[in-house]
Amino acid sequence: MKKAMIYSEEHKKYLKKQRLKIALVWLLRIGLLALLLGFWELSTALGWVDPFIMSSPSRVCKTIGSLYNDGTLFYHIGVTLLETLIGFVIAVVLGVLIALALWWSETVRRVLEPYIVVLNALPKIALGPLIIIWFGTGNKAIIFMTVLVGLIVAIMHMLSAFIATDKNKILLLKSMGASKLQILRKLVIPSSFASFISMLKVNVGMAWIGSIMGEYIVSRAGLGYLLVYGGQVFKLDLVMTAIFILCILAAGMYFLVVLLEKVLVKNTES
Amino acid sequence: MEQEILTFTDVKLTYHTRRGETTAAEGLNFSVNAGEFVAIIGPSGCGKTTLLSLAAGLLKPSAGVIKSHGSFGYMLQKDQLFQWRTIEKNIFLPLEIKKLNTPEHRERARNLAEKYGLKDFLQSYPSQLSGGMRQRAALIRTLATNPDILLLDEPFSALDYQTRLNVCEDVSAIIRSEGKTALLITHDISEAISLADRVLVLSQRPAHVAYSHELDFGEVKNPLKRREMPQFSEWFEILWRELNG
Ligand SMILES: Nc1ncnc2c1ncn2[C@@H]1O[C@H](COP(=O)(O)OP(=O)(O)OP(=O)(O)O)[C@@H](O)[C@H]1O
Ligand SMILES: [Mg+2]
Repeated sequence: MKKAMIYSEEHKKYLKKQRLKIALVWLLRIGLLALLLGFWELSTALGWVDPFIMSSPSRVCKTIGSLYNDGTLFYHIGVTLLETLIGFVIAVVLGVLIALALWWSETVRRVLEPYIVVLNALPKIALGPLIIIWFGTGNKAIIFMTVLVGLIVAIMHMLSAFIATDKNKILLLKSMGASKLQILRKLVIPSSFASFISMLKVNVGMAWIGSIMGEYIVSRAGLGYLLVYGGQVFKLDLVMTAIFILCILAAGMYFLVVLLEKVLVKNTES
Repeated sequence: MEQEILTFTDVKLTYHTRRGETTAAEGLNFSVNAGEFVAIIGPSGCGKTTLLSLAAGLLKPSAGVIKSHGSFGYMLQKDQLFQWRTIEKNIFLPLEIKKLNTPEHRERARNLAEKYGLKDFLQSYPSQLSGGMRQRAALIRTLATNPDILLLDEPFSALDYQTRLNVCEDVSAIIRSEGKTALLITHDISEAISLADRVLVLSQRPAHVAYSHELDFGEVKNPLKRREMPQFSEWFEILWRELNG
């Protein structure tokens, strides 16, 4: 159905006010960022704080430039990004599949429940030594760490969504003679869609935690490696640069999920 | 000779849970004839929903025999429309489940929806419809597979009073004109009197049929007209006393 296109004067005023408000929020957001960066730059330029310890926006830019000239900027970004994405996808796919299996069989669910609880509470970094021994010091170990961090979260998130399916709707389908597979396909999966998206959002964060943690313990390349290396040789410019790039990548990945949500919602609702 | 389409003989049902056992029905005897509209009233928690689940075959009786000839359509208290499906797709749901999703069956269901005033809403989502319209869509969904017997579990109780009278009117007209057999559960005595050919009053738990009344409204099937007739308040008094006595 189409909405009426002719609005009253009052409504036009209201819309204008709303648009102004949104513009103001964006202006303030960008202003705040500029203010923080400016203050950072200024305080190091005027010698209030030691740029050697604090670095500064201009030094970060310079570092990015020199990494680019070395040809290593996109190499490090590429390494970490790939590990993060592969780990993310494996954790999500495997997590959903395991959650489905647990939904299917109450016995299996009850048997595995304590294991999942313990695995969830366990700090994954404790497994670092084992991971190095089992997977070596290449990116297999890092991807494994990424999967480990995201998997349990994905399982628990999706399982609780599957279990929360409306009992009366299940009864309705059963009264139509639906099989368990039909209940799963027609009801449980579609009604868990919103939870799936929120799980993706949470798992974007988990994947970055996993990959950087992995690079902390094993790697010879990537943004986590730059962080560790920069810290060890006291190159704070490098550390700040790596953090800066991580912020941008993590935000980018999050917005991709938001975009995916918008596309999927549009496809299902119109 | 009227044909019995559903018969309960000495039916008993006990629920077993870890906390204990509950007998929800015992010595339950009644039958429903083809084309008949039977309303069942009873104290809350006495086992009304259990009775419908038994009839639909969702529960197996602990003792006794349930015989039925024909297919069932079940309608619950809330409309239970899937909000991610359009009204049309909701109405096709039982066809998909029963693997009857052929062009002919879809056409039949769509005609039914159009006949009963849902034409303009087929492509809408449930959230865009009023409570009354949604309940009507739920009824059409129930009718989509052309069931012989409709099982209705307090289908109006989630609606406000005004909508409820209208939907009651609607549903009655649709069921009568489609010539369906209906078994309606309600806790509203006046609803039972205005809709049914026969009213069964259940006892406290475990449920059995305490009273059975053939209503004498003659050919008057319209709920609002019935409400204006002198018998209405007499029946109300009788049933109220039986339910609370
Ligand atoms: N799945 C179940 N497991 C155990 N006990 C149950 C179950 N379903 C119902 N009962 C019990 O059986 C009795 C009858 O329940 P039922 O839902 O059939 O009653 P009802 O007449 O429909 O109640 P209401 O008026 O609330 O709709 C209740 O005491 C209820 O607690
Ligand atoms: Mg009930």
